[in-house]
Amino acid sequence: MAPPGELSFEQPSGGTLTLRITGSWKLHKDLPSADSLRHQLDQYADLQTIEIDARKVDEWDSGLLIFLGRTLEIAARHDLELQTIGLPDGATRLLQLATAVPEEKGAEREPEQKTFLIHLGDETISFFKGCGDLLEFVGDTVLAITNLVRGKAQYRRSDFALVFESCSGEALPIVTLISFLVGIILAFVGLMQLRFFGAQIFVADLVGIAMFRVMAAIMTGIVMAGRTGGAFAAQLGTMQVNQEIDALKTLGISPMEFLVLPRMLGLTVMMPLLTLYANVMGVIGGAVVAYSEPNITLMEYYHRTVTAVSLWDLGIGLFSSVVFGVIVAFAGCMRGMQCGRSASAVGDATTAAVVTAIVGIIVSTAVITVITSILGV
Amino acid sequence: MSEEPHIVVDNLTMAYGDFVLMRDLSYTINRGDVFIIMGGSGCGKSTMMSVLIGLKAPAKGKVFFDGQDFWGADADTRDRIIRRAGVMYQSGALWSSMTLAENIALPLETYTDLSARQIRDVVRYKLSLVGLAGFEKFYPSEISGGMQKRAGIARAMATDPEILFFDEPSAGLDPVSARRLDDLILELSESLQTTMVVVTHELASIFFIGNNSVFLDASARTMTASGDPKKLLEETRDRTLQLFLTRGEHPQETK
Repeated sequence: MAPPGELSFEQPSGGTLTLRITGSWKLHKDLPSADSLRHQLDQYADLQTIEIDARKVDEWDSGLLIFLGRTLEIAARHDLELQTIGLPDGATRLLQLATAVPEEKGAEREPEQKTFLIHLGDETISFFKGCGDLLEFVGDTVLAITNLVRGKAQYRRSDFALVFESCSGEALPIVTLISFLVGIILAFVGLMQLRFFGAQIFVADLVGIAMFRVMAAIMTGIVMAGRTGGAFAAQLGTMQVNQEIDALKTLGISPMEFLVLPRMLGLTVMMPLLTLYANVMGVIGGAVVAYSEPNITLMEYYHRTVTAVSLWDLGIGLFSSVVFGVIVAFAGCMRGMQCGRSASAVGDATTAAVVTAIVGIIVSTAVITVITSILGV
Repeated sequence: MSEEPHIVVDNLTMAYGDFVLMRDLSYTINRGDVFIIMGGSGCGKSTMMSVLIGLKAPAKGKVFFDGQDFWGADADTRDRIIRRAGVMYQSGALWSSMTLAENIALPLETYTDLSARQIRDVVRYKLSLVGLAGFEKFYPSEISGGMQKRAGIARAMATDPEILFFDEPSAGLDPVSARRLDDLILELSESLQTTMVVVTHELASIFFIGNNSVFLDASARTMTASGDPKKLLEETRDRTLQLFLTRGEHPQETK
């Protein structure tokens, strides 16, 4: 084992300060730092040369080169010449390689200190920019749909089939589970109150109307936002990172028509069907709970549901589901297309897509509810 | 170069399922070698490297690091062995959510007890070796593909590993950067006795830096030659290898 690396200074003579380095200069936490050289330089004025005597260095690796690099910097800052004695050839050449390309001065970055006002300004600007991007995306989508109607859109039929598949059969298990459970929960909560009035049978009204009118559409919307909207954003975002979208553009194929259109239409068409299915599953969930009551039969529950749920309820639910389908597909595709060019940007795009979609779903539910109550339906 | 075997590949077969990519591979990489794995596109060069760095298990055969059976060992031992190596991936494979400095600092923070100050110095030095001094605070997405590649090299050699693996190091680099990279590879292997394993088909690099090699022939599904590439060029009678080493120009008539 070589002795540990050591650094010593000699009394300067004739304007030359000699640094003696000995032992093992392999990278290690106790390796002497070049900073002590600064103290020495402060002590002595009128120095012209720094000399490094490395004849007694036994072994070395990057540790020695880091020391040499810093010494070189310090020497340059003090306008001193650097000389070396007995430096291993390899180290000399590596040092030359390391200093061959000068440091990119403009590239140095200092962390920016932002005042509150600057922050506020930035946020405001980015908010309006976001609104602009949104409008632009809406416009592009409308153009793409126009082209589709005119039969001029460029897309592959098989892409539609893939989106249909992922928004229908593949989504069924999770939609089944969620809507069945929501039906059960609604029935439980309803029964607890209705028992006070001896009106347990009305649990069928409660579950039926709630599911058909809002709950089935909202729950399906949220499930699809997490499942499919997130997937859209991740797919398109990754394509953005891999320059696949650039490749489409340079081929003269509109990514809006080729990628966004099938996804938007596929999800928008499938959402009402999924919601219809969720309605049924919710009612079945409610029936399971109601059946546990002593004086409700399944036939009674069925008749009560059919009487209570009007076509309006069904229609409003299905209309909401179409709106949600548009929102989820729109949020997923827009965030995906706006994605940056790194892995973390894909993650951000996916998160943003899901959040945007869920917020959109809730806000539009509120709007639809207000409008229908004003209209009295 | 020493004659001390560092990595030994013994009777190796690589396969994807039933599809055998290469069979009967046996060669030795000595300590301090600049070893070239060469061959045409699709012959399994990158797969060969995956086997050597522990990402893909061979279908048959053994790999020894310093005499220790690599694929016969348990996962922990394999981890310990491969920690002594640095790997540069084809496209850099930098972590995109970290700056260049953080990318290079991560192996140092994980496997050494250096202080934050020392790590900063190491990062600076390694970046300057690949000509990227001053780019510490940049994110991979903010620099060009060639620069990402060089930053990937800086990360691979962050901890001064005993072995460095390079997957197509000079592809996509400008000629001057490629030459500087070759100089760096030679310099590290000479001065620090680092063993270099380079997957490449850049002829200029092969002849300039390589002192040992293996040639994987896609049509023969095995290695057809091994040794110093310069000597192979003079001595080989294998037509595929001649074509490869002369860029497909008409090879010297075999005597």
